[in-house]
Amino acid sequence: MKEIRMHGRGGQGVVKSAQVIVKSVVAAGGYAHFIPFFGVERKGSPVFGFLRIDDKDINLKCQVYEPEVLLIYDDTLLDMPATFSGMRDGCAVVINTAKAASELDIPSNAGTVALVDASGIAMEVIGRNIPNTAMLGAFAKATGLVGWDGLKGVIEETFGAKNVKAAEKAYESVQKVKG
Amino acid sequence: MAKSTVKAVSGNTAAALGTALCSPDLIAAYPITPQSSVVEYLAQLVADGDISATMIQVESEHSAMSVVQGAAATGARVFTATSAQGLALMYEPYFRMSTLRFPMVMAVATREMTSPETVWSGQQDTMSVRDAGWIQVYCENNQEILDMVIQGYRLSEDKDVLLPVNVCYDGFFLSHLTERVEVPAQEDVNKFLPAYKPDHVAFDPKRPMAIDPLTPGNILIQYRAGHLAAMQRALTKLEKVDEEFASVFGRKWGGAIEEYRCEDADMVILTIGSMTGTARVAVDIAREKGLKLGLIKVRYMRPFPVEKIAKALEGKKAWAAVDRSVCFGWDTGPMYMEALAAATGNASSFSVIGGLGGADIALQDFAKVIETLVANKDKPGRHKTLWLEKPF
Repeated sequence: MKEIRMHGRGGQGVVKSAQVIVKSVVAAGGYAHFIPFFGVERKGSPVFGFLRIDDKDINLKCQVYEPEVLLIYDDTLLDMPATFSGMRDGCAVVINTAKAASELDIPSNAGTVALVDASGIAMEVIGRNIPNTAMLGAFAKATGLVGWDGLKGVIEETFGAKNVKAAEKAYESVQKVKG
Repeated sequence: MAKSTVKAVSGNTAAALGTALCSPDLIAAYPITPQSSVVEYLAQLVADGDISATMIQVESEHSAMSVVQGAAATGARVFTATSAQGLALMYEPYFRMSTLRFPMVMAVATREMTSPETVWSGQQDTMSVRDAGWIQVYCENNQEILDMVIQGYRLSEDKDVLLPVNVCYDGFFLSHLTERVEVPAQEDVNKFLPAYKPDHVAFDPKRPMAIDPLTPGNILIQYRAGHLAAMQRALTKLEKVDEEFASVFGRKWGGAIEEYRCEDADMVILTIGSMTGTARVAVDIAREKGLKLGLIKVRYMRPFPVEKIAKALEGKKAWAAVDRSVCFGWDTGPMYMEALAAATGNASSFSVIGGLGGADIALQDFAKVIETLVANKDKPGRHKTLWLEKPF
């Protein structure tokens, strides 16, 4: 089982993109689940989500405390204590940022660190700062935890063709700066 | 093996899909977090012509229950869904629904009661109305939600039962959890759930009758006795319904309780709702460490499976019941209080309260429960309540 935690802000489409991952995994015959954590429901407030992927039924119905993968949709969340809390050694970290790795404070026990300007891609391709589908492309490339073709299919049916383009662009441009 | 379609859906969507497969005649609802998407989904199905139900948007939950009640009196199969404050607001027609002995299924995405103000998970809403005459089943995952809506109508409409059913599931932890669900084929559901043909009461212009006239105590007491007797019959029926469901759909949920690794256990944890999944993992971990620990998943709070629980706890040295709600009068959780009343002997036991107001019940919380069980194991009798407190 892979335990993944997602950190973003209200309005970035964290929940929708997590559901796309679950749908893709389930459609491919696997098991996955996603539990969103809602705080105060407003745009811009920090939101969390807990995603698990396995090849068998998942019994756990609680939050993820020791993630093996972190998906961070907003680089202004990096200095929040909750963001890297409990991360396992070798945890893969995917960050939406336009900054260089040297400008980001990432714990040294991280494994793969992948950076993508998902907001920039979203603005360019979709015309709105909703980085979620670009993050999906980066997630697929950086972790290999979800089949790329299947994922694109679910993105298309959920969000339309433009978002597939955003995901593709992120898939191609995501940079592994570590691991 | 029955045909089915695999989908990744939320608990609320699972409740809506289960309802749609039961072909309701009428749905009335008022939105409330975290239930709203159940009836939004159903409203969409009605608007798209996918189901033939009449959808009535009302101005409050009191009206929602009143409208479905009127429709049920004509012999319609009806549905609504609610949570917390909505359930509180509908209490008057809610009680009347069960005491009129009208069958229906109402999904409840359980939510903490205020105050302090909250919109998040907790079972205080449904636990507080467990003596309003409804059958109450609590679900562990989204598949169980879908399946129990279908089983719920079957049980509810059984001529020996005729009681409304609450399908309860944890707000957010299930209502907003997305996971794999097998959606049965319509033809199989039709096979399992025949059309509802009431014969005990109906608004019928050709056969006028008074329903619910002012009733003196000497008659009313007979109604209550009959209602309680129906509840007890439901206790047997729900096991049969579960078995028949398994014969059509290949899934069996265990009836009133499900025992997990209890056979040789000397310590047992009782759970209810979605926390059960996490508790299964906690039990597996404890077993690897050599602890003889088992789990009892309490599925039905009403009717309460008194004998089954007494038997399951027989000979155990220690047990704990984890509640996601409180019993104000006993300084315990309500499920603990009822299990304690059911248990025979004087085993070591304690109540655990956690997960209020959306708080998580995680593996580390069950580790605390297990640690306390081990510490109390050789000290028979009641021990103080363990609160699964969280850091600020």
